[in-house]
Amino acid sequence: MKELTIISGKGGTGKTTITACFAALAGGEAVLADCDVDAADLHLLMQPEVTETQSFGGLKIAVQDAGACTRCGLCYDHCRYNAFDEECNLYPDRCEGCAVCEYVCPSDAIKMVDRESGEAYISNTRFGPMSHARLYAGEEASGRLVSLVRQNARDLARERSKELILIDGPPGIGCPVIASITGANLVLIIAEPTLSGIHDVERIVGVTYHFGIPALVCVNKYDINEDNTRNIEDFCRSKGLGVMGRLPYDDTSTRAMIQGKSIIEYDEDGELARRIKDLWDNTRKVMETS
Amino acid sequence: MIIAVASGKGGTGKTTIATNLALSIGEDTGENVQLIDCDVEEPNSHIFLKQLKLEKVQDVNIPIPCFDMKKCNFCGECSDFCQYNAIAVMKNDVTFFPELCHGCGGCLLVCQRDAITEKEKNIGIIERGIVDGIEFYQGLMNVGEPLAVPIIRELKKRMDERKSVVLDVPPGTACPVIEAVRGADFCILVTEPTPFGLHDLKLAVEVVRDMRIPIGIIINRDGIGDDRVEKYCEEENLPVILKVPNRREIAGLYSRGIPFTEEMPEWREKFIELHNTIKEAVRG
Ligand code: SF4
Ligand code: SF4
Repeated sequence: MKELTIISGKGGTGKTTITACFAALAGGEAVLADCDVDAADLHLLMQPEVTETQSFGGLKIAVQDAGACTRCGLCYDHCRYNAFDEECNLYPDRCEGCAVCEYVCPSDAIKMVDRESGEAYISNTRFGPMSHARLYAGEEASGRLVSLVRQNARDLARERSKELILIDGPPGIGCPVIASITGANLVLIIAEPTLSGIHDVERIVGVTYHFGIPALVCVNKYDINEDNTRNIEDFCRSKGLGVMGRLPYDDTSTRAMIQGKSIIEYDEDGELARRIKDLWDNTRKVMETS
Repeated sequence: MIIAVASGKGGTGKTTIATNLALSIGEDTGENVQLIDCDVEEPNSHIFLKQLKLEKVQDVNIPIPCFDMKKCNFCGECSDFCQYNAIAVMKNDVTFFPELCHGCGGCLLVCQRDAITEKEKNIGIIERGIVDGIEFYQGLMNVGEPLAVPIIRELKKRMDERKSVVLDVPPGTACPVIEAVRGADFCILVTEPTPFGLHDLKLAVEVVRDMRIPIGIIINRDGIGDDRVEKYCEEENLPVILKVPNRREIAGLYSRGIPFTEEMPEWREKFIELHNTIKEAVRG
């Protein structure tokens, strides 16, 4: 079983659009995993039919019994996240769940309780099984929900004898990103030829490098700025990344999105679809050897 | 006044709006402006500030435990306590996973044998620069580090509320976003008129409403998609305070790191007007 993670450093580069195309091109042979649990969008193109929902408990959260509290101030002294003010009032949205207040409180006025941080789903789509999730607003963007999505995807692949897992990764370079690429066979970075895009690629390549994961890069909307495109490609080559074919700026992707379709379904014979097919074929070739 | 510029989804033009807004009010009104880039995973605002010289002003550290193996009796209390599974205690060994540690200090408190002390671990830096009348700050998280919130927290200590403060907020709706938006007087949500844009906008609206911060919507790349975002804003009584058209010229300027108000000065007026609208809404 192989895992391909598609990431971008930042959002809006076309990562999800391309993942959806790959799903269509894989022809039912892959399991899809949407690991962008904070702003999951893949389901808008996949219209999954949810067959199983699991609740996801992240960290615990402090609950205060204001009646039992003697306002001694120990919680205020010890909490490093400023979740208490000097009068020992608790601000739950600042609680990081460390449980230090519960430990130091001499009056048993604080209990750590389970908090539901999100939901994970197992679904069927027209392109095969899908594992996805939703992190509730304001919850810690930890890698644990991402790891759960990946575990569910692996279980699905085993049950349904699929050889490939396609992972739509989250933006950034933090914990969720690390959780979505560690152990993957290959990472495909979708870059944008802007000055900020160059910067983002440098940071995300730093991460793949740090964890020793083989990576490829594809510049999307390359014709917005061809100098920047070359700079990104040169940088990636110098870091040993495989440079894949470029994709042009094309409104087809937005039109397909509005209809809830992948570009492959929306305009199969179009230029953009053709180029994405090439990208898919080349990525697969690299996958086979990695 | 503190204005947070956020968006549920990345890549909608949040940084474009934040930088152009800060530059417009800075240059033309002579007001004291602070621009603070809280997107510490991928800080990009600095790219749009020409001739900016950034200087490191602070290391951001978190305290992490150190174990004295001579004192430890491998009781496992610290490991049982740690909510983040950062410590594993075996029969005669303690393994510590620094990337999981949140620096809460709990293990130190529970250890009965004084086997734990703390040391500082660097997780990022804060940089500062001044350009075009703007006092600029950004946080930069070290590659491979998982925790953004402590950096945002330190960064926001640099805010001077007597000035016009513009915050470039990280994408999404998870806790770094809450940390960045908290305490703002007004929150601009930047979105795109596409299904992805609408979906992520709804999530962001939910969060900011919960925080009781007034919201204004900016539709970027107006004309690229459909009218569902506008319909939603109407239904939800969310004011659309600006629309930026989907023009290749703007995308091209962005790609070269040029704030579009520089080449299209008529937009500077619009941003100043926008700033006035926000001021009125806040004074309300
Ligand atoms: S609580 Fe102290 S003595 Fe017990 S295992 Fe941890 S460091 Fe060692
Ligand atoms: S400081 Fe807190 S998070 Fe870090 S190891 Fe100790 S108990 Fe765990």
